[in-house]
Amino acid sequence: MKVGILSGKGGTGKTTVSASLAAVVPSCQYIDCDVEEPNGAIFLKPELKEKSPVKVLVPEIDMTKCNFCGLCAKACQFNAIAVVKDKVLVFPEICHHCGACKIACPNDAILEVERTIGVVEANEDGTFLQGKLDVGEPISIPIINELKKHIKEDRFVILDCPPGASCAVVNSIEGCDYCVLIAEPTPFGLHDIKIAVQLVKNMGIPFGVVLNKASNDNRSIHHFCQSEGIEILMAIPFSKEIAEGYSKGILPVEINDLWNEKFKKLYEKIEGGAHK
Amino acid sequence: MKQIVFISGKGGTGKSTLVSSLSLLVQNKMLADCDVEAPNLHILLQGEILKKRDFFGAKEAVIDSSACIKCGLCRKTCRFDAISEEFEIKPMKCEGCGACTLVCPQNAIKLEEVKTGETYVSNTSRGTFSHALLDIGAEGSGRLVTEVRKNVNAYKKDEEWLLIDGSPGIGCVVIASITGTDAVVVVSEPTKSGQSDLERVLGVAKHFGVPAFVCINKYNLNLKVTSEIEEYCENNGYPVIGKIPFEPSIVKALQEFKTPIEAGNKVITNEIKNLWARLVDEVENLKKA
Repeated sequence: MKVGILSGKGGTGKTTVSASLAAVVPSCQYIDCDVEEPNGAIFLKPELKEKSPVKVLVPEIDMTKCNFCGLCAKACQFNAIAVVKDKVLVFPEICHHCGACKIACPNDAILEVERTIGVVEANEDGTFLQGKLDVGEPISIPIINELKKHIKEDRFVILDCPPGASCAVVNSIEGCDYCVLIAEPTPFGLHDIKIAVQLVKNMGIPFGVVLNKASNDNRSIHHFCQSEGIEILMAIPFSKEIAEGYSKGILPVEINDLWNEKFKKLYEKIEGGAHK
Repeated sequence: MKQIVFISGKGGTGKSTLVSSLSLLVQNKMLADCDVEAPNLHILLQGEILKKRDFFGAKEAVIDSSACIKCGLCRKTCRFDAISEEFEIKPMKCEGCGACTLVCPQNAIKLEEVKTGETYVSNTSRGTFSHALLDIGAEGSGRLVTEVRKNVNAYKKDEEWLLIDGSPGIGCVVIASITGTDAVVVVSEPTKSGQSDLERVLGVAKHFGVPAFVCINKYNLNLKVTSEIEEYCENNGYPVIGKIPFEPSIVKALQEFKTPIEAGNKVITNEIKNLWARLVDEVENLKKA
């Protein structure tokens, strides 16, 4: 089964929860879909053996055939091609690799060439995967899609998602059997968890909440979950020990056996929640 | 007007807390929140919305089923798996590229503009504030960010500064937030994740030629990583303009919708004042250079 870990707000503990699950669930697969800022490897310390570039198709103009009619530029919805007098300018970074320009060209003057925008890296048996968007590149979706091609369907698969609530998150959790939403009890955390809840509801994926940095002073997430009928799967209290461990790249499950047991319970709840 | 954008690479390092604190200290400025997916600045600013507009930031294919002969050319052409076997568009998958419209022999497919979010301009006690909210799961978050920045121009008077709260990451949203600004301040934290993310996001600022400065937030959580970050910044020419300590009282103040400034935390208030003074100097120096 496939589980997406998301949060809306950044820095709530997606990677802590994802990597802790990966550490306690036997023979699972961990995939870091936060390709802009992947952090799972810092905690899971895999030996990365496989590295394959992620390539997309972008247009290249055959100037011997181009008659500067401008139909390619008109077809491009992303302003990635401009035709000025006797020049054709291609802006490959903002190209969405759709191929519309090639279809629109009446002179067969557009070919598509490969362009690398990032990399997918894996350990030897493919149980750890991460994607990395090249610095300066805007479009991350092709890397997320490439990562998802390597999903091992017979395993428990953990997809550590990017923050936010845009198409990158949608692509990451699409096809997931269950989602875990990580919330922190602050006014910001409450605001953003509502966005994440709406996203998974829209996509029809069953889900539960993990409350991170929980404190008795603020029960806003409890109240919200209660009123919405959302299950709180686990609460991780704010602890200096966990925060210090995190800063060094050490997971709670490595600090204390208690957390080992708690994350195993979380795993059981996820399995149960997905099969409801 | 000088535009300063606060980004972080990693989420949750304290961008919005810092920007809302500065909104109390800096005079004669406007504010913008370019984190359109999970905006938070409005929660602390609590302004009154002057203008609200729907934003149409993407297109989507629409199939006229009465004209469709189900030939399958569109499905074959679409690279985003956005057309179902029943020849219906899957809205969450469609990129709005229009490739399908070009191959349909029946001209049965059109591109239509879709609403991808809402933009707001608000009046707050701390200045005019431009912000937005992306529709959940929508495309085109970068375009919405660009719109937020355009709205600033429409409302600016003679403000000296624009403080922009950015988003996590290094992709389209961050690029749309930083291009053409006068300086980037990266709010970092002394964790292994924060360190790795800081280095990547500084790379983006460099790539687009925007001068970058670093603030280490919660610096006392791990002094070793803090000094590693300082060393990296020193070696790569990124001035560290502030180090803010972690104090549980900041979290408590936030619970009550208060910045550390309003909560009366003197140490942190001073540190943020110094950070701003340093930044103003650095931006002045850039102008001279």
